[in-house]
Amino acid sequence: MTGIRVADLTYRYGAIAALDAVRFEVDEGAFCALLGPNGAGKSTLFNLLTRLFVPQAGRIEIAGHDLQANPRAALAKLGIVFQQTTLDLDLTVRQNLTYFAALHGLSGRDRARRVDMVLERLDIVDRAKQKARTLNGGHKRRTEIARALLHDPAVLLLDEPTVGLDAAARAGITDHVHGLADEGVTVLWATHLADEVRPDDRLIVLHQATVLADGYANEISGVKPLQQAFLDLTGADA
Amino acid sequence: MTGYLTALTAIVTREALRFIHQRERFVAALVRPLVWLLVFAAGFRAALGLSIIPPYQTYITYETYIVPGLCGMILLFNGMQSSLSLIYDREMGSMKLLLTSPLPRWWLLMSKLLGATTISILQVYAFLAIAAAFGIVMPPLGYLTVLPALVVSGLMLGALGLFLSSFIKQLENFAGVMNFVIFPMFFMSSALYPLWKMAESSELLHDICAVNPFTHAVELIRFALYASFNPAALGWTVLAAVLFTGLALWGYSPEGSGIRRRG
Repeated sequence: MTGIRVADLTYRYGAIAALDAVRFEVDEGAFCALLGPNGAGKSTLFNLLTRLFVPQAGRIEIAGHDLQANPRAALAKLGIVFQQTTLDLDLTVRQNLTYFAALHGLSGRDRARRVDMVLERLDIVDRAKQKARTLNGGHKRRTEIARALLHDPAVLLLDEPTVGLDAAARAGITDHVHGLADEGVTVLWATHLADEVRPDDRLIVLHQATVLADGYANEISGVKPLQQAFLDLTGADA
Repeated sequence: MTGYLTALTAIVTREALRFIHQRERFVAALVRPLVWLLVFAAGFRAALGLSIIPPYQTYITYETYIVPGLCGMILLFNGMQSSLSLIYDREMGSMKLLLTSPLPRWWLLMSKLLGATTISILQVYAFLAIAAAFGIVMPPLGYLTVLPALVVSGLMLGALGLFLSSFIKQLENFAGVMNFVIFPMFFMSSALYPLWKMAESSELLHDICAVNPFTHAVELIRFALYASFNPAALGWTVLAAVLFTGLALWGYSPEGSGIRRRG
C-alpha cells in the first residue's frame, strides 16, 4: 500500500504559485526526506497534507484514504510534528500527551497505556512529570514525536523537526525517526539540511513550487556529496 | 460518542488549567468591572435618575442597575481575549493541534467555546460575590436563574471573538478590536444606561443600541438575575450566537481564512 500519494497538487497565493502540479508517492514504511530551500513550498505542502488548507487542484491520499473525501479517516492515520512547538508549556509532559490522546477520542486505561508506551519509546519516561517549559529543545521535540505516535498512525509528517537543536539532539532525533520507518511507519521529513538525509532514503527535492528530483538520495546525489548536488540542483551558490 | 465527550472534557479541562496558571488574568478580569461598580457607579449615582422599569419593581441605586451590564462586560472581554490569545503563535500551535484531530471540526471549536465560556462564568460569579460583599445583592433565586443566561450570552460573545480571531493577523490589532468592537458594543448598549434614557438624547443612537446583540445579552442577564424571563432578549441573543458561531466555523474551516492567513 502507498503511505502518501499526492497527485497534481496546486496551490496559489494570488498570482504566485506555492505548489504547481506537484505529484509524488511514498511507499508504506519508507523514510522520505522532503528537501527544499526556504520558500520552496514545503510549508504549504504540509498545511495541505494536514488539511489546514484545502488544495485548489489535485488530490492527497493518506494510507489509502482520500483527504478531501474522507478527512476524518485520513487524519486518524496521520501523526504530525509541526515546525513550531505546539506543546502547552504550563502542562507536564504526561498532561500534554493525555490531552492530545483525548483529542483523538482515547480515554481510560487504553489512553494511559498508550501514553506510557510512547514515553518509553521516545526514552522520556523520566521527564513525564516535568513541565514542558522546563524541557530542553531535544526533549521538547521527543515529546512532540511521542505525542504524534499516540494514536498509532500509519504516516508521520515532520516539518523541519530539528530546527534550533544542537548537533547531538539533531542526530538523536534523526536516528530515532529513521528507526520508526524501519518499524513500518511511513515518514515524510521536511528539511533544508542535506546532512539529515541518508544515502538510501527516499528523497524529493522541492524547488520553486515544483518537484525538481524524486528518487533515492544516492541516485540523486550521484558521486557528489548530497549537499553539493542539492545546491547545484536548486541553482544556489555553495 | 464517547470519543466526542472525551475530547470535550479534555478541552474544557485544558481551558480551566490555563486559567489557573494565569491568575493575573483572573484578577485583571475582576478589577475592571469592580472599578466600574465601586468607583464609576458611585460617582454617577447622583447624575443619573432611574425610573422603575422591568424587571425592577422598586427604585434601585445606579450600582444595582449596572451589575448585569458589568457581568456582560466580563463575558465580552473574556470572549475577545480568549480568542485573541489565539493570535500568539503558541496558542495558534494548539489550535493547529485541535484542527488536525480526526473529530469533526465543529465539535472541537464548540468544545473550545464551551471551555472558554465556563471560565468566564466562574469569573462572573466571583464578581457577583464581591458585589454582594459590598451590599449589592440580587434575589437569592436570581443567582441560579442567571446561569443559563450567562451560558447563552457567553457563547454568543465567545463565538464573536473566535470569528474575529480568524481574521485578525497580528496582536497589535487588539487596539482595533478595543476601539471598533469592545467599546462600541459596551457603550452602545443598555449596560450603563437604560435605552429610554438614550432615546431622550438621540433616536438614532437608541435604534443602534436596540439592535446591538450585547444589549440583548445584558437584558437577558438583567431579567434572569431577578428570576424573570425576557423572551425577546433570549431570541436575539440566540440568533446572534448562531450567526457568530456559523461565521466562526466558516472562518476556521479549511476553506476559510483563519489558519491560511497565518500559514
